[in-house]
Amino acid sequence: MLKELGISSVLELFSDIPQELLLRRELSVGYGGPLPEYRLRRLFNDILGKNRFRYTVPPFLGGGMCLHYVPAVVKQLVSRSEFYTSYTPYQPEIAQGLTQALFEYQSLMAELYGVDVVNASMYNGSTATAEAVRLAVRVTGRRAVVLPRNIHPEILEVVRTWSEPVGISLVKVGYDRESGGVDLAEVEKAIREWKPAAVVIQTPNFFGVIEEGVGEVANLAKEHGSLMIVYEDPIFLGLLEAPGNLGADIVIGDTSSVGSGLNFGGPTAGILGIKDPEGRLLRQLPGRLIGYTRTVDGYEGGYMMVLQTREQHIRRERATSNITTNSALEAVKAAIHISLLGPQGLRKLGEAIAGRTEYLVRALSRVGLNPAFERGVYLREVTVRHTRIVELREYLRSRGIYIGPLLARFFKELGDCSLVCTTELHTKEDIDLLVELVGEFLKR
Amino acid sequence: MYVNFRQAKWDEPPIFEVGTFAREGVKVDEEFLSYTSELLSRLPKRLLRGSPPSIPSLSEVEVVRHYTRLSQMSYGVDLGPVPLGSCTMKYNPKICEELAADSRIAEAHPYLDEEDVQGILEIIYTLQKWLAEIVGMDVCSIQTPAGASGELAGALMIKKYHLDRGDVVRDEMIVPDSAHGSNPASAAMAGFKVVRIPTDRRGNTDVEALRAVLSSRTAGIMLTNPNTLGLFEEYILDIAREVHGVGGLLYYDGANLNGIIGYARPGDMGFDVAHLNLHKTFAAPHGGGGPGAGAVCAKGVLAEYLPVPLVDFDGRKYYFRYDLPKSIGRISWFYGNIVPAVKAFLYIAALGPSIKEVAEVSTINTNYMLKKLASLPGVDLVYGHSRWRKHEFVISFEKLRKETGIGAEDVAKALLDRGFHAPTILFPLIVPEAHMIELTESETKENIDHMVKAYEEIVREAYSNADKIRSSPVNTSVKRLDAVYGNLPKNITLTYKQFKLREVLKGVGSS
Repeated sequence: MLKELGISSVLELFSDIPQELLLRRELSVGYGGPLPEYRLRRLFNDILGKNRFRYTVPPFLGGGMCLHYVPAVVKQLVSRSEFYTSYTPYQPEIAQGLTQALFEYQSLMAELYGVDVVNASMYNGSTATAEAVRLAVRVTGRRAVVLPRNIHPEILEVVRTWSEPVGISLVKVGYDRESGGVDLAEVEKAIREWKPAAVVIQTPNFFGVIEEGVGEVANLAKEHGSLMIVYEDPIFLGLLEAPGNLGADIVIGDTSSVGSGLNFGGPTAGILGIKDPEGRLLRQLPGRLIGYTRTVDGYEGGYMMVLQTREQHIRRERATSNITTNSALEAVKAAIHISLLGPQGLRKLGEAIAGRTEYLVRALSRVGLNPAFERGVYLREVTVRHTRIVELREYLRSRGIYIGPLLARFFKELGDCSLVCTTELHTKEDIDLLVELVGEFLKR
Repeated sequence: MYVNFRQAKWDEPPIFEVGTFAREGVKVDEEFLSYTSELLSRLPKRLLRGSPPSIPSLSEVEVVRHYTRLSQMSYGVDLGPVPLGSCTMKYNPKICEELAADSRIAEAHPYLDEEDVQGILEIIYTLQKWLAEIVGMDVCSIQTPAGASGELAGALMIKKYHLDRGDVVRDEMIVPDSAHGSNPASAAMAGFKVVRIPTDRRGNTDVEALRAVLSSRTAGIMLTNPNTLGLFEEYILDIAREVHGVGGLLYYDGANLNGIIGYARPGDMGFDVAHLNLHKTFAAPHGGGGPGAGAVCAKGVLAEYLPVPLVDFDGRKYYFRYDLPKSIGRISWFYGNIVPAVKAFLYIAALGPSIKEVAEVSTINTNYMLKKLASLPGVDLVYGHSRWRKHEFVISFEKLRKETGIGAEDVAKALLDRGFHAPTILFPLIVPEAHMIELTESETKENIDHMVKAYEEIVREAYSNADKIRSSPVNTSVKRLDAVYGNLPKNITLTYKQFKLREVLKGVGSS
């Protein structure tokens, strides 16, 4: 090939790089040189061997992400390299399978959340929230957003990073000390005072408590021309009412529970949808959208990316977002998982988690580990309080039983609290073992 | 004959129409049901699902066949070249896929204690260091879930840097007209006014035009080098001097690193902040749009502004560092897209310093194919005649369009018919009827020759039988789709429910 190019050395191809910029040494990367595959495998295995966590039973760790089961079908199907080695479907005719799968994801999620449109994915639940806030600001032309302190603290931080530098004011409201739910009086006051672009509610919230006032807050928001943003995990939507049916204008979530898994926090897909009866939101919606169309000759239907004039590659600095790469494959995983579950499976899964939560709360209370918010109804995650919570967590950890995170890292006033999470993976024996060890420790 | 492509075509209905009987694809236990009712009885009725979501009830085999069929109507690097310019669609080594699926990562909870996840932290720390070495910067964070998120982080860092110095009037970000669309979009998201500057005939950023817009309002410039024409910015050192001279900063878009990796480093060129796309340069797959993984890297004082947490090493153990008082904060929750990041780690580990061969082979591929295509009838090079390209090149079919009516999009569709994914088309915007082609190091000479033959044939046919090209593709699962029709407000159909409402099927059937 060099001969075809009329050069004798590959270096000539780099001759336009200023001499002083040419790197005249080898990059100091890797482990000395190219590795055969068997060495790479061994080396990787050795490194991962330094991970010390060993789950005696599935972990009771929460904090927005819990360990859920990912069906073998999901893993096998997304291992089809026609899916995972493909690119964003810029050429839809050769990518009908992928575009159809994404269209189905949009459709399934819209059904679950009770909204008109869900986009083809954001990076994850945290950035979906930040995008939702900015979407609300664009649509309403207002500059303040009301957020309660009981939404995921890391989501709150992400929203701050994405919003405050452009002059969006985040108005924080508190939570009720008895129920753990948002302080409705404070929300009302903030809405009246600030006339915000939107109010954000997460349910169940970071403490694991189901927010019972979503409908009331939505009504208040509507009354004052604000949009209602609801963050909810899709895994509960067979059991709980769709946020779109409770007054949400914008819905958000994350696919960790429905196919993506933990993976030390990512990747997942961020779910972002809108209820848009007046057509105010769609043109401001960020992210890819797959639509149904027909062939130029009109004989057949097909799927392709639509409304691209909202996007960065067309609209540049006037785009609704800079998002380019998204989380398409995680969206496909979610579509597969939800298709497998169906409406009954999804409801049963929600019931299975709810039942375990109730059992867990009661059993822990019996041995002296009480919920921090006594009047809250918990789902999947429970905030527990004890003066010896730090030692208790350590004691459990030494036995391969993991609870957490401790809330001290996020809330000064909750220094004696921890989250405990239970999912379909826990058997009665698993929970009983946890409770037994907790009881044992607290008796000492 | 190389042309022998016919994509699978299943008349696969939407998943909502796959089965007619209610089936369950997943078994869920009912062990705790009595407790469930107790919990639900304490909730107001209105919070419980009133009517079940209208989603399908399918058996496992129905779901498996549906999505397997859909996979057969998709096209990725494992089937053939995907020469999308600036997308760096290289082969994704299978060993990386297998290893990154390890349960010691898959089941690792993000709130495990640091000492329980030393293995993962070592991977993140090592990757941060390697990436910093590759771009010639001090520190990298891999918290950014994608390249554009790295751009936003970088733009926010630049903004905060100026504000911290009391420099409150710097509200302009300079972006060349050849830049990726995400650059101006990211700058605008961070609150900057975007100032566009042109490209000169040699294909460089126009330094004179740059000088003319530099001022005390300049916050910085966002550049990719090599640029989207595949050309190395010959005057990058002058650009850096000029921008720094007025107190501005330089942002490096790493999407195009593949052509110079190991040969030149953005940090040495004078860039202060950079992002990398781990799913491009470092072989993590693109997943049909994502998830990818990004990194944002910075030099000198700018490193203090990186998103937190970073992973650091105290000589004994790896730990998260949150103590960056000037940090812009979290750009995303947790620690980034770990799985693609692990694949990038494995890729660099496997290659070591020989990773520079990536730049060599991809650059040879680029120039070899450019040479073959540039002489085709109807094809022009708009910028940078007789200059070597790096990771990609851009040709224009403007002449072909004028002479035959066949434009870049038609040529792209005709490529699909020959079993190749089309390159990026109609971009960069400064080249009319553009094909932007990036082969990466993965394509063999034979493959490139096949693609060249396909282009030759298409161009020839454009002159002899333009209608045939215009009616392509015919070998893909569907024929050419109508973007105009699909975007008309009365036709916008984004869900199955809307599809039923519009009775699109009937509409198509009767037309």
